Amino acid sequence: MKERLVLVGNGMAGVRTIEELLKLDADYDITVFGAEPYGNYNRIMLSPMLTGETTLDAIMLNTPEWYAEHDITLHSGKKVVRIDRKNRLVIADDGSEAEYDRLLLATGSNPFILPVPGHDLEGVIGFRDVKDVEAMIDAAQNHQRAVVIGGGLLGLEAANGLMKRGMRVSVVHISDTLMDQQLDSEAGQMLQRELQARGVEFLMQASTQEIVGKERVEGIKFADGREVQTDLVVMAVGIRPNIELAQSAGIHCERGIVVNDTMQSFDPRVYAVGECVQHRGTCYGLVAPLFEMAKVAANHLAKLGYGRYEGSVTSTKLKVTGIDLFSAGDFHGDDECERIIYRDPSKGVYKKIVLKDNRIEGAVLYGATMDGPWYFQLMREGSDVSAFRDTLMFGQGDTADAGHGANHTVMNMSDDTEVCGCNGVTKGDIVRAIQTEGLFTLDEVKAHTKASASCGGCTGLVEQILAATVGTDHSHPKVKPMCGCTDHSHDQVREAIRSEQLTSMDAVFKKLDWRTPNGCPSCRPALNYYLISSWPKEAQDDPQSRFINERVHGNIQKDRSYTVVPRMWGGVTTPAELRAIADAAEKYQVPMVKVTGGQRIDLVGVKKEDLPAMWKDLNAAGMVSGHAYGKALRTVKTCIGSQYCRFGTQDSVGLGIKLEKMTWGSWTAHKYKMAVSGCPRNCAEATIKDFGVVAIDSGYELHVGGNGGIKVRVTDLLAKVETEEEVLEYAAAFMQLYREEARYLERTAPWIERVGLNYVKSRIIDDMENRKTLHARFLESQQIAQNDPWNELSKDEHRLQFVPMKTLNSEEKPHV
Amino acid sequence: MSNWTEVGQLNDIPRLGSRVVDNNGEEIAIFRTSEDQVFALRNRCPHKNGPLSEGMVHGNKVACPLHNWNIDLTSGEVVAPDKGCVRRHEVKLEGETVLLAI
Repeated sequence: MKERLVLVGNGMAGVRTIEELLKLDADYDITVFGAEPYGNYNRIMLSPMLTGETTLDAIMLNTPEWYAEHDITLHSGKKVVRIDRKNRLVIADDGSEAEYDRLLLATGSNPFILPVPGHDLEGVIGFRDVKDVEAMIDAAQNHQRAVVIGGGLLGLEAANGLMKRGMRVSVVHISDTLMDQQLDSEAGQMLQRELQARGVEFLMQASTQEIVGKERVEGIKFADGREVQTDLVVMAVGIRPNIELAQSAGIHCERGIVVNDTMQSFDPRVYAVGECVQHRGTCYGLVAPLFEMAKVAANHLAKLGYGRYEGSVTSTKLKVTGIDLFSAGDFHGDDECERIIYRDPSKGVYKKIVLKDNRIEGAVLYGATMDGPWYFQLMREGSDVSAFRDTLMFGQGDTADAGHGANHTVMNMSDDTEVCGCNGVTKGDIVRAIQTEGLFTLDEVKAHTKASASCGGCTGLVEQILAATVGTDHSHPKVKPMCGCTDHSHDQVREAIRSEQLTSMDAVFKKLDWRTPNGCPSCRPALNYYLISSWPKEAQDDPQSRFINERVHGNIQKDRSYTVVPRMWGGVTTPAELRAIADAAEKYQVPMVKVTGGQRIDLVGVKKEDLPAMWKDLNAAGMVSGHAYGKALRTVKTCIGSQYCRFGTQDSVGLGIKLEKMTWGSWTAHKYKMAVSGCPRNCAEATIKDFGVVAIDSGYELHVGGNGGIKVRVTDLLAKVETEEEVLEYAAAFMQLYREEARYLERTAPWIERVGLNYVKSRIIDDMENRKTLHARFLESQQIAQNDPWNELSKDEHRLQFVPMKTLNSEEKPHV
Repeated sequence: MSNWTEVGQLNDIPRLGSRVVDNNGEEIAIFRTSEDQVFALRNRCPHKNGPLSEGMVHGNKVACPLHNWNIDLTSGEVVAPDKGCVRRHEVKLEGETVLLAI
């Protein structure tokens, strides 16, 4: 017989857990109890429903048909009143019962109602569910005055909605700062002034003493003697986890139902997720942590047992049209923190970033929130910001908004504005997908719209649209899993490969409980890279885990043809090489011959079956593969240098050739480009390369972390050295450090921004011993890596993979 | 009416890889999973005609090398949220021999 799972609480957290469980094909008979008479709806859209921007139908997430389709028994409108843990039974208020093998509690939270006299009068409500919204809409039609008690996120959204519905609204707040859980006093004042200008009245530092009225509320009296008249009181002074049912069943509760990292209560058959839960001392009231919990609970219910919930970091946005507000982390800071503050009162902009040891602890943004997601990401990853601290306040620049200029805020953007330039996705496409498909995470938006799925340059913008569309909050797991096959992050996986001495992909899958039999196109190339870079001698390269370009050593083109790029050491060639290239181009009828940006020649449009023969011809003329397709050393670009140039101070060509001879064939986390300029005029453009050398009269400047792609980044100066030998040693040590520590597909630029230049210096400049060790490890792994793939793959035993395994012709009679 | 045609040996196809059969100029990709099951699909992604034979095989799916659409090898259906399907061909193993229905 199937095991029985009973869910108490038909809300977002509980139903999300069921959805995750269905995805895992777990075999349960599922029964759901919900006190509200609907299916599961999107509670965070209640504010837009109040303002009239959306309707109940539009915010339904799961209709009765959905439950039927998945054979789930739904008891809506039935409140569970008792859990009989001994007999494993839940009992609802109408007497209906359900037995369980596992029980999932997702009872959510209740609005806290101040226990003052008159709190039970008609017209005193919370702001929590559809019923409350209906009561507010009804009041707006029949009455004039409303008071919202509580100047927090929810209270201000309620006030805004009631005002839009035509009521005269006052907000009552206990302290002198609105949203004091999220804002410092300065931002709070700005928000208050803005809302006052829109007509909301405020009673600050007001402590409610009594609600007066006969049957319906008529007014409020405060402790300091003030009084107001009103026809409606909305209490928005906070939420309390709804633990009544759990408590009555003897399940251990403190503020919420206490759960462990697998979302189990003290009774291991009883799980709990959502706002009713207390995990590691914290209760959450935002939607994204609930989804993370749901994932973990489903994983455990499906008996997979490797998911763990480790808590969430959250950030907040207020969803009141026209007011941009963002808050994350510890925005006050302690004595050891520094605060960078930017004020422009006439433009209504205020920004504060709290730093500790050059890492962001928290941020408050008012009036310009464009860079909120970026700050949040830096905070979450604990990135060192010292390299760009001077400009931190001015944001991520044109990367965050995909080149549309810094003046666009998401709210002002028209629906036809192109957000994702790679895939041609407009703001309207994204908003529609979020609303119609019920999306909540960046990954879901990516999957459905392809926005930010290619170069990732618009990720910040897409996150903002998501936050603005979905609602008031935005949060992420503390560690980002590598992909859907695992809950482990890139760093955790690589650490395990090293410490557990895992040398094959199957060993990784087994040791780390991969949930797919052979990974996916996202994790397999990464794992292959981590294996061969961690264990260059022990681990075998797996061609089937490489992208096609690295498997057939050419870039695939849209017509299925490939490119062939011979290496030209330091960008220097000879008439004989050029002749051989010209011969090959003619012999194999190459449609395009193109000079690349890396100082070599690209033969474009080569048929796959011609590749081995063409490589053989080029090999015969002394040329090898340029790895122009790989996550590997690409080119070393040089200028003419002191051999001929009248300005040259050093032999840039000679040094470039030495660098390329040392580093070619090495696999790296992402593509890796170098350059050597012979004087500070820098004709080789060394300051936008991963590793760039600029010769000066007294030696060489070594620059790292440059990039000329999606986001141009100028290098940081790593060191000045005097000899070519030193250049080579530092170049190898830096490349090895990058190979060992950057995440797969992370270029040197974002890697350095993440770990900080000071860290790189501490490993390479300050610690000479370590530099020499890195240098030695690099050379050691090069002994294995420096094989020309053309020479290898043009051998007869490999040739078959370039041609069809069988060619059938209708003139021939087929075999039976 | 289809004929079972011998197109090669199982070992001609790398595990988690694919080889192509040229059928009168029309390419059919034969895939081999980690469990040594074989599947055959027309070698054209419904998105932009990418050669599926060059994609990465994972589980019972293949990811197109051009834009990473995933195709279910058992049904030929594109995996959601993308939409579409690829023509499937019957293929079977007799011992180590791969037979394709043409």
